[in-house]
Amino acid sequence: MNREELEALAARRRAADGERWHRVSVCCGSGCHSMGAEQVLATLKGEVGAAGLTREVQVHASGCRGLCAAGTLVEVESGPADGAERHLYVGVDPEVAVRIAREHLVDGRPLSEHHADPSDPFFARQQRIVLESAGRIDPEDLESCLAAGAYAALEKAVSEMTPAEVLAEVTASGLRGRGGAGYPTGLKWSTVAKAAGDRKYVICNGDEGDPGAFMDRSVLDGDPHRVLEGMALAGYAVGAEQGYVYVRAEYPLAVKRLKIAIKQAERLQLLGNRIFDSGFNFRVDIRIGAGAFVCGEETALMASVEGKRGSPRPRPPWPAQRGLFGQPTLINNVETLANVPAIVRRGGAWFAGIGTAKSKGTKVFALAGKVRHTGLIEVPMGTTLREIIFEVGGGIPGGRAFKAAQTGGPSGGCIPASHLDLPVDYESLAAVGSIMGSGGLIVMDETSCMVDVARYFMGFCREESCGKCIPCRAGTVQMHELLGKIAAGRGELDDLGRLEELADLLGAASLCGLGQTAPNPVLSTLRHFKDEYLAHIEERRCPAGVCGAGARAEEVRA
Amino acid sequence: MSRKRFATVWLGGCSGCHMSFLDQDERLLELVAAADLVHSPVMDVKRYPEGVDVCLVEGAVANEEHLETLRAVRARTRILVAFGDCAVTGNVTALRNCLGGAREVLDRAYLELADVTPRIPCEPGLVPPLLDRVAPLHAHVPVDRFLPGCPPSADAIHAVLLELLELPAGTPPAAAPRFG
Amino acid sequence: MSVVTLTLDGRPVSAREGATLLEVCQESGVALPTLCHLDGLSDVGACRLCLVEVAGQRKLAAACVTQAQEGMEITTGSERLVRYRRQIVELLFAERNHVCAVCVANGHCDLQRLAASLGIDHVRYAYQHPALRLDASHPRFVADHDRCVLCTRCVRVCDEIEGAHTWDVAGRAAGCQVVTDLAAPWGESASCTGCGKCVQVCPTGALFEKEQAAGGMLSKHRDFLTYLKNAREKKEWLR
Repeated sequence: MNREELEALAARRRAADGERWHRVSVCCGSGCHSMGAEQVLATLKGEVGAAGLTREVQVHASGCRGLCAAGTLVEVESGPADGAERHLYVGVDPEVAVRIAREHLVDGRPLSEHHADPSDPFFARQQRIVLESAGRIDPEDLESCLAAGAYAALEKAVSEMTPAEVLAEVTASGLRGRGGAGYPTGLKWSTVAKAAGDRKYVICNGDEGDPGAFMDRSVLDGDPHRVLEGMALAGYAVGAEQGYVYVRAEYPLAVKRLKIAIKQAERLQLLGNRIFDSGFNFRVDIRIGAGAFVCGEETALMASVEGKRGSPRPRPPWPAQRGLFGQPTLINNVETLANVPAIVRRGGAWFAGIGTAKSKGTKVFALAGKVRHTGLIEVPMGTTLREIIFEVGGGIPGGRAFKAAQTGGPSGGCIPASHLDLPVDYESLAAVGSIMGSGGLIVMDETSCMVDVARYFMGFCREESCGKCIPCRAGTVQMHELLGKIAAGRGELDDLGRLEELADLLGAASLCGLGQTAPNPVLSTLRHFKDEYLAHIEERRCPAGVCGAGARAEEVRA
Repeated sequence: MSRKRFATVWLGGCSGCHMSFLDQDERLLELVAAADLVHSPVMDVKRYPEGVDVCLVEGAVANEEHLETLRAVRARTRILVAFGDCAVTGNVTALRNCLGGAREVLDRAYLELADVTPRIPCEPGLVPPLLDRVAPLHAHVPVDRFLPGCPPSADAIHAVLLELLELPAGTPPAAAPRFG
Repeated sequence: MSVVTLTLDGRPVSAREGATLLEVCQESGVALPTLCHLDGLSDVGACRLCLVEVAGQRKLAAACVTQAQEGMEITTGSERLVRYRRQIVELLFAERNHVCAVCVANGHCDLQRLAASLGIDHVRYAYQHPALRLDASHPRFVADHDRCVLCTRCVRVCDEIEGAHTWDVAGRAAGCQVVTDLAAPWGESASCTGCGKCVQVCPTGALFEKEQAAGGMLSKHRDFLTYLKNAREKKEWLR
């Protein structure tokens, strides 16, 4: 494969697509998948076949389109590729699919209902880099990905650029780690590039485990080639020839599509030896996690890849110095790597032009909780919480009042309404006691109890602690019990002090990030919603009415 | 200056701490010469009196009577000492917590392990009901001083009493107190 | 051998390059509490008792796994470090059923000693009282998980010194447990050589010799560790 062949292949596919009058893509991301997208896809294919229109109409599966609450989503694109007419249908079930096929595809009369409005802020306010192709391409069809520009950046890098130049572009882009900590990606890469070692490794961290988060999952199952290309670019820049995608076993669709993608890419020599006839070799293997949240921590993840118990070890040595199998290792999150092809293709300066002074580019968020458009969105850094929740997210259903946004999952915090105009970037979120995190954003309204939320996340950390260090293993148990006691209306004022003292211990003394950040949901709710804790303790009542039943039940028993 | 009043109380424990208390031997005579022992299982006083300066409470809180007694002691005592490991940690008395609540414990003791006539004893007003969990004193009431040990040595007990009753210090105990 | 100089609790000290902060403390006579560490075994930095403050670093450093570096300023006994250590030991006591009075290691236990040295006279956290099983299937030894603090000394001595790797950790969070082979009863373990090293390095009464009454498991013998290590690494065969 060389540039001409790649371009020819992509052009041929684009031309072939353009010849079809209707191109129908059925969202088969995890959300729509669970709502029966496969059936919709089969129905549409069946109807098109029965109408004898297989030459004129192409029906294919696509990755996540983001509007998960309104699944299944079906887009009909008609006419020539440039200037095509687009109709996006929402809430499509097999019955609606039959109507779409018969009325729109056969008779040429688009349905008047089940339409999404393309001018809705949900679409208009988003800017898609990572999710650029997800939703348009068929993730199991390499040619459709190539037609959308996949592997063009890799080709450009290995044939025109030196590894140092690729690294320079990534550094110039200002990209920071999307796993949550926001470490500058270029700096991480250059550390690994400089490190001495017989072999180096690139690991893609797809162990996304925050409750409510499904960004990496959607990128992996919607556009796996983008991630593979990002890994190969990383390998080229740092001098690694082997990559591992660490993905959790709970993501079978992502695993399946990654497997297909790797096989397809290897067949066309987009991965493997002498990529694009250059001297660069890069292989990617998949390692499937066994469902431990702690394996998202890089040293635990590496232990797991090595086949050992997935528990973290103290750093230093940093993975960049001594990582996987004792060799210099680059570990990046899925979304971070998925940004890289666009950066290499369009230049670091282009990327650095998006976002805020210190947080560049876009961020993918999984909107969940009490928000109308639950789903996957991608917005420029610096977009305010208000814009994300009330414009892109469509606001709170049922006319209820906003109470808090939870970012960063079990390591993050709750942001109250007074900070709604906060621009979302790494520093601003940290300043109000939360973190960017990997992109889970849970919206809470007046029916959410903040003590209950803190208790939930502490319970999560209690279960997910690896058990190696004492503060995390035993401290989360005690904190969870104290929160349960308060929620049940049996708390005392002293318990708040005890909670804070334990939070201090966990934050300062735990071995890894899981334990160090586990107190964050407690600390941030104590900071912004102390009145709710006090209501539970002093008045024995839950203002949101969530814990009330629990408290009464306790009274009956006592 | 009025004479200090001190007491001892025996909850869910083996009385070993009180044996150790008695092991103060002739030093007990010095103690009662300088302060009044107003309530103790070794005396025939039914009701816990008011205005006690120092009370050593042995044993964990295992049943409702213990809890009631402990609350009364707390209300009428200036300095409450958790006396011995059962009072401080739950210790042997709390071993039953691993079995579950009161119901599981009674089933285990009187039904599962019974040789003849399995039956759970029930004499309302006479046999106090078990609490679901055995707990150390400080789980229920504020405790001012902890004297761990199973049992605490007579020397340690003596030293603590002298200190708390504000009597001239004797020889401090050789070893720092510890659990067990 | 090159040497670095650093400041330990305000005192200038020198150390061999590559030495850990814990070694520096030991050589300088600064007492630092440890539990998972044992001279002769690899370090895992798990118990967090040897945490120290390093000037200019936001995060605390576990002395057992941090190398001494030129110019470091170390504080080992600040008020907050002492508070953390007490909390950690209290958390351990609350976690499982450490009933000293009826424990074979009573009077000879590292955990008990730690508590006494830190002045812990009661535990502020809620006792968990888990229901754990005791494994007495081995002809000579017993594993009592009620007393286990998950320091993994047994895991490491079995792997690194004996070379059998009979012990490992199973489960996660509070449900972690040291297991022999793949959680088979100890007595049925095919890999256990019966050497008893794990029993000797166990800091508490979790692993002990059979036919011991409370307090009967006297001081453990750990000098074999340094002897074997010196023999292997330095070819010194002297006791």
